[in-house]
Amino acid sequence: MINSTVSELSAALAAKKISSVELTRLFLDRIKGLNGRLNAFITVDEEISLAQARVADERRAGRGNAGEAGPLTGIPVAHKDIFCTRGIRTTCGSRMLADFASPYDAHVIERFNAAGAVLLGKTNMDEFAMGSSNETSHFGPVRNPWDTGRVPGGSSGGSAAAVAARMAPAATGTDTGGSIRQPAALSGVSGLKPTYGVVSRYGMIAFASSLDQGGPLGKSAADLALLMNAMAGFDARDSTSLERPMEDYTRSLNDSLQGLRIGLPKEYFADGVDPDVLARVREAVRWFESQGAKTVEITLPNTGLAVPVYYVIAPAEASSNLSRFDGVRYGHRAKEYSDLNDMYRRSRAEGFGSEVKRRILIGTYVLSHGYYDAYYLQAQKVRRLIARDFTEAFARCDLIVGPTSPSTAFALGAKSGDPVQMYLNDIFTIPAPLAGLPGLSIPCGFDGKGLPVGLQIMGNYFAEAKMLGAAHRYQQATDWHLRAPKEAPL
Amino acid sequence: MSLTPDQLQRIALLARIAVSPGEAQGVTDRLNQVLGLIDQLQAVDTRGIEPMSHALDAQLAVQQRLRPDTVTEPDRRAAYQAVAPAVEGGLYLVPKVIE
Repeated sequence: MINSTVSELSAALAAKKISSVELTRLFLDRIKGLNGRLNAFITVDEEISLAQARVADERRAGRGNAGEAGPLTGIPVAHKDIFCTRGIRTTCGSRMLADFASPYDAHVIERFNAAGAVLLGKTNMDEFAMGSSNETSHFGPVRNPWDTGRVPGGSSGGSAAAVAARMAPAATGTDTGGSIRQPAALSGVSGLKPTYGVVSRYGMIAFASSLDQGGPLGKSAADLALLMNAMAGFDARDSTSLERPMEDYTRSLNDSLQGLRIGLPKEYFADGVDPDVLARVREAVRWFESQGAKTVEITLPNTGLAVPVYYVIAPAEASSNLSRFDGVRYGHRAKEYSDLNDMYRRSRAEGFGSEVKRRILIGTYVLSHGYYDAYYLQAQKVRRLIARDFTEAFARCDLIVGPTSPSTAFALGAKSGDPVQMYLNDIFTIPAPLAGLPGLSIPCGFDGKGLPVGLQIMGNYFAEAKMLGAAHRYQQATDWHLRAPKEAPL
Repeated sequence: MSLTPDQLQRIALLARIAVSPGEAQGVTDRLNQVLGLIDQLQAVDTRGIEPMSHALDAQLAVQQRLRPDTVTEPDRRAAYQAVAPAVEGGLYLVPKVIE
C-alpha cells in the first residue's frame, strides 16, 4: 500500500478495500517510525489528520454534506510548511515563526480541503525557502532517504524526502529557483513547477513574489496531474493569479510521442555536469527518440547569467517581503531592547538564520540608493534576455529536456560553508522561473553510488499537460519512479 | 564592488538586522563572495532592453487586475491579534517612540 500511487490509492478507497482512516494511520505510523532519522516533518497532528480522514470516509460513503467524493477524497497529503494552515502551526522553517498559528488557510490548503484530501503534516524546508539542501531549516536538516549522510535537496526537501521514504503518498512544495524540481531530482521523486500564476500564492509565505510558484511532488507524473487538478485555479486574493478556464491536467497523459520535438540545450549537456547524470539523461532522450520523438539541438546562450540574475532579483524581493517580520504583528520578538528600532533589529537578528539574513542584506544593498540601476534594473534586463532565449528555443521545439541538477545528492555540510558553490548548483532550475515557464523533474536512473538522477522537462507557457504526458509515457515504459530507497521499508 | 564591515553596518541598519561587531567581518566576507557572483552582470550589454518586472510579460499583456472599491473582508481583528507578541485593548503594543 505504501508504494501505491495516488491513483491506485484512490481506486482502493473507492472500492472500499481500505478506509481513509486506515490509510492515514498507515502513513502516520510510517512518519512515527522514520521521522527521527529523516526529519522530513516539522509538525504532525494525528488528531486533525484522523478527523479529516473520518470526514472523507463519510463523504466516500455518500454521507455528510461535503458533496460528492473526488479522486483525492481521503488521500493523505503532506504540505510544505510554507503553506498557512489554520489549526496547525506554520513555521516556514524559521525561528521567526516557530510558534505561528495562522488565522487562515492558504488557497492551496482550501483547495485540498475542498477536494477532501487529508492533511498528513507539515514538511521541513529551508528557512523561508532559501536554500538548496534543507540545511538552513531552524528545525535541523532533512536527510536523504537514499543515503542519510546526504541532503535531500531543497528547499522543499521535507516534501521530497517524505514521498521518497513512503511517509506520504504525495506532497506540496514551492519553487522559486528550483525548490520543487531539485529536491525531486535528488530524492528520486517527481515534481512539477507550474507556469507562474497558475497556482495561487495566497497564504503561501512570500520569498520572491515574481518567481514563487506552488506545485506538487509525488511518485508519478500521473499523480502530479491529479494534484494539479486540485491546486490550480484562479484566486482573486493573489494579484498575479491568472484568470483562465479550469484545465484537466490529466487530459494528455496518453498522447503519442510521435513527432514530438525535444530541444536539447547544449548549455545543459556541458562540462561540469556529473558524467553519470549526463549518461542517464542521454539514455532517457534515446528512449524518447525510440518512441518517435525528434531531437533538436538548441541553445540557451544566457544560461550562465541565470544564477547571478537570480541572486539580485530574489534577494531584492525577499528583503522587501520579509520586512513584514518586525516583531509587532506576529512572529518572534526579542526579550530585551532599548527602543523601537532596537526591537526590530534584535527581533530580526534572533528570528532569522544566517542564510536568510544574508539574502535580506544583499537585497537591501542592491535596492539601495546609487545601486538600484546598476544591480536591480540591470538584472531585470538580463532576465528578459533569458526569457527571450526560451521564446526562440520554443519556436523550434515542443519540450526542452536536460538534467535537473548537475550532480546527484551531495553530502550534508559539503556546500553549506560556501554560499556561491551552493547557488551555482541550481544553474539548470533557475532559468525556468525567471522566464515564468513550467518545469518538471522525474527520476531517470541512478549514478554509480546508487543515488537518483533527475530528468528535467521544460515546456512553453501553460504546457503542463503536454509535459506531464511525455513524463507519463516514459514512466509507463520504465520503473525508475517506482524504486524505493532501502531506508523506506520499516 | 566589495563591501567593508563599516558599509555592511550601514546596510544592516537599513535592513533592521543587528550585526554584532564580532560577526561583522565574517558576514562581510560572505556577502562579498555573493557580490562577486552578481558583478558578472555588469559586463552584459543590455542597451535597448526593457527591464522584465513580471514573470509573464514576455508572453501576456499583463494588466493589474482592479476590483470595485467596496468592503469584501469581514472584521477579524481578534483572530489576527491573537498571534501578536503584545496587544492591549485592540492595539499592538510597541516601545514608546515619542517622548
